Amino acid sequence: MRRAIVTTTATAAGVVLLLSLKPHGGQTASAQAPVISSGSDTGSTTGTGGTSGTGGTDNSGSGSSATTAPSASPSAKGGGSSSGKASHASYTGQAVDTRYGPVQVRIDVSAGKISKIDVLQYPDGLQRDQDINSYALPVLNQEALSAQSAQIDSVSGATYTSDGYTQSLQSALDQAGLK
Amino acid sequence: MTTRHAEHVMGTVFSFVVRDPSPAVDEALRAAVDRLHAIDARFSPYRADSEVSRIARGESELADASPELAEVMERCAEIGTLTDGWFSAYPEGRLDPSGWVKGWAVEQACALLCEAGSTEHCVNGGGDVQSVGGPWRIGVADPFRPGGLAAVLAGRDLVVATSGTAERGAHIVDPRTGEAPTGLLSLTLVSSGPGLLARTDACATAAFAMGAEQGLAWAGRQPGLEALAILPDPALPKRATNGFLRYAL
Repeated sequence: MRRAIVTTTATAAGVVLLLSLKPHGGQTASAQAPVISSGSDTGSTTGTGGTSGTGGTDNSGSGSSATTAPSASPSAKGGGSSSGKASHASYTGQAVDTRYGPVQVRIDVSAGKISKIDVLQYPDGLQRDQDINSYALPVLNQEALSAQSAQIDSVSGATYTSDGYTQSLQSALDQAGLK
Repeated sequence: MTTRHAEHVMGTVFSFVVRDPSPAVDEALRAAVDRLHAIDARFSPYRADSEVSRIARGESELADASPELAEVMERCAEIGTLTDGWFSAYPEGRLDPSGWVKGWAVEQACALLCEAGSTEHCVNGGGDVQSVGGPWRIGVADPFRPGGLAAVLAGRDLVVATSGTAERGAHIVDPRTGEAPTGLLSLTLVSSGPGLLARTDACATAAFAMGAEQGLAWAGRQPGLEALAILPDPALPKRATNGFLRYAL
């Protein structure tokens, strides 16, 4: 049984190079699946989102006028929308009840773009729920942020598809006057 | 210039990245969003008035289903056969073809954009991604590091689907026992080509239910599919099929 252990210091190119030396195909995966060490090659690409602001990150929505979800909370309309281009501002979304408990997010907007999303409340009744939410909600968070990153186009993940998260986020976006 | 749009539909977020916008493509984007809502209205198991819910409650017969639902049921049956029963349109004994429908909805959105002339776009339906053109860089979420990535994949026409314990409820149970699988935190399948997301996503659901050993081995035998498994213990290394590394950066 052959296994390739990649050290955590390997660069991305190094990972590809090392592993390209391994025999490919022709064998079933279970016995000699290569091992990718955790956190080895992607730390530098995750970014913090929204800070690069270089080409290809146009988030003005000017070309896309598709309407936002009709379920956006009406109570969030109003305040702040007239100053959607304010350089720095925070908007707290409505707390939304889900069957697992309340969910509430806050967004920071900088130069007309989301610079940060914080989850202020999420269900934590059961340990299992806590485990799930502690990473699943930030996965959606990352997805929202990464949409403004020039480095990653999209993120695949097993999302805990919380209506509460997206509804609260939508209400914060509405307040910020962002699409 | 790039057009981006995020749409809250099907209980999750669908996000669009279009690198070659035009008036026709922008119009197609609006049509794609409408299409997603129409699919949700017909197929959602959470909407009491959807066709799926009416059939699940026994108020109407599957034999009288719309052509659209009938076709979805055929595709689900095919994946059920392909996966030895590890995928089912009845994951908890009740009609719920969501495991096919979400990826299929993304495919439909891409098809509308293609018909309008776009050759460079990427559509993400709640963490499952179909891209056209490229190269695209698609991150795989790291379940252990909130906001972090476990891998980055790059390529043209990339298709990436992830199933995991975070995907609660109906989709991820062993259809044989009705119980949640153990031994895996997430399983990502990657393939490349047009119109592959529904199949890739459904296969990811099935392979996740199989567990690490069997799921990786099964995925490794499927032509055109590669897999990355993240195990529940952060001390354990991630595991991938050999060909997965062709896509990994």
